Amino acid sequence: MIPAAFDYKRASSAAEAISLISQYGSDAKFLAGGHSLLPLMKLRLAQPAMLIDIGRVKDLSYIKDAGNHIAIGALTRHMDVETSKVLHEHAPLLSHAAGHVGDSQVRHRGTIGGSIAHADPASDLPATTLALGATYVVQGPKGQREIAATKFYKGFLESDLAADEMLIEIRVPKMQGAGWSFQKFNRRAQDWAIVGVAAWRRKGEAGVALVNMGSTPILATSVASAIAKGASISDAAALASNEADPQSDLNASTDYRKHLASVLVRRALEAASK
Amino acid sequence: MKVSITVNGKTHDGDVEPRTLLVHYIRETVGLTGTNVGCDTSSCGACTIHMNGEAVKSCTILAVQADGANLTTIEGLAKDGVMHPMQTAFMENHGLQCGYCTPGMVMAAVGLLNENPKPTEEEVRLGLEGNLCRCTGYHNIVKSVLAAAGAK
Repeated sequence: MIPAAFDYKRASSAAEAISLISQYGSDAKFLAGGHSLLPLMKLRLAQPAMLIDIGRVKDLSYIKDAGNHIAIGALTRHMDVETSKVLHEHAPLLSHAAGHVGDSQVRHRGTIGGSIAHADPASDLPATTLALGATYVVQGPKGQREIAATKFYKGFLESDLAADEMLIEIRVPKMQGAGWSFQKFNRRAQDWAIVGVAAWRRKGEAGVALVNMGSTPILATSVASAIAKGASISDAAALASNEADPQSDLNASTDYRKHLASVLVRRALEAASK
Repeated sequence: MKVSITVNGKTHDGDVEPRTLLVHYIRETVGLTGTNVGCDTSSCGACTIHMNGEAVKSCTILAVQADGANLTTIEGLAKDGVMHPMQTAFMENHGLQCGYCTPGMVMAAVGLLNENPKPTEEEVRLGLEGNLCRCTGYHNIVKSVLAAAGAK
């Protein structure tokens, strides 16, 4: 399978990438690692007329301790997130989840920014950064703005990113020693989650987000507020699907997904409470 | 678009259409057909090669993205007619049946040992999660990789 023909430009900086995308408009797409976009293009589910390759923008690949949060450059590869000592110490839920994206070959190419900008509800890192209360920094022709992860996801593969904006940094609050767990239920090792759960807990405080339980990654706010009010883990987990609207597909029916979500949220909270 | 790609130590300069997939560039332009196309959807790993020393799936990379890169394919493992220890281990441990997944499996396994020279059996199984063997010959593949790790 070969993608439909397109034109190709390479950007060497974020500013150049944004100037190029402003020029070509909605017919253009950014290409980072390409591990979400190229499969779609091969299936002709995406047919951009212009690809702007940002894979060589060197200064957007970093993981830095920025005081109360960790700043991650959008072009940081999954493998680098997975193996980062800074993240192991301050946001272990994120590095662990990054190790569950695809397989090692995919993790050598795919980037955290690409995964988030693609806004696939079945991807691991959108939900994980949502659970962690991350902020995304995007840059456009008029400068930078910050978008809370809770405001970023607008629909299936749709985000708050404007056509001429580029995601440049992901800011993840330090977990301050919170317990955490990432649960991923799938049939083959490398598959997307049929349902996934990213959760952390610190005494009466918890953050829980769901993978593949609706058209966007879902923040399970009912679960978190039940924990805050002192509910038991199993009572809180029973509320897992309150904010969700899961689809039926070849892998699982809506009801089965809701059942899985409760089971996996319970397991995640139990593990995060140890 | 002009690209310059080094494959198994030899640099190839040429003009490619932007939509050319790296695996097709390797097979059709460079003429090395050891790298297979299996699922063509980045699931099966038959097209695994090394790009700048790391295992990647060449069906999901554009040739233009590999401009300037240093690639190794299955043909580049043996040196002066002597098989790479991983190839020897696959041969001695019956690590292949039909052989279709083998080039990708060997490249992924060499990549795995580069990152983790002494893996446990579980780490080998996890490390090869991106490679499918439809003969289901996983047992001897894992045995081969463990043997190669011990031989180093």
